[in-house]
Amino acid sequence: MTKADIVESVYEKVGFSKKEAAQMVEMVFEIMKETLERGEKIKISGFGNFVVKEKRARKGRNPQTGQEIEISQRRVLTFKPSQALKKLLNA
Amino acid sequence: MNKAELALEVAKRAKVSQKVAKVVVDAVFDEMEKALRKGERIEVRGFGSFVIRNYGSYQGRNPKTGEAVSVPPKKLPYFKVGKDLKERVDLKG
Repeated sequence: MTKADIVESVYEKVGFSKKEAAQMVEMVFEIMKETLERGEKIKISGFGNFVVKEKRARKGRNPQTGQEIEISQRRVLTFKPSQALKKLLNA
Repeated sequence: MNKAELALEVAKRAKVSQKVAKVVVDAVFDEMEKALRKGERIEVRGFGSFVIRNYGSYQGRNPKTGEAVSVPPKKLPYFKVGKDLKERVDLKG
């Protein structure tokens, strides 16, 4: 499934044009992206949490050459599914 | 940010009622949940993708009692961050 399928569902549920539905769906993801970019987490009840984690710099190794390299400090995005979603998937 | 705050922001930007914005936000996550229940992969360009991963059963331990328990096989959604978002979230982005 892609964004187009989500747009279709929104279009059916609200009385707007397809273009407007698409813009609003786009907006939902854009707002989420901006929020995560600020390092803020997003909690969607019944679905899960998107959390930005700070990773410290650490030593790594190039698995091909065995050469030691420095992995720089970084921020990564993780998704933790909610209990409700996990239950639904395993029902 | 939670779902209500997300809907509020959509209402503000799209200049629609909070009721409409709530329907939109709910529809987004309901659709994604439906797809995952069907075992379908979700791809949202610029954001990321979700796939269902199957995990086999294994012998685990109750961390409190140390008792051995068998953990049944399960399905879990795995989220892979899209390239664009990954870069935006990272310090270097």
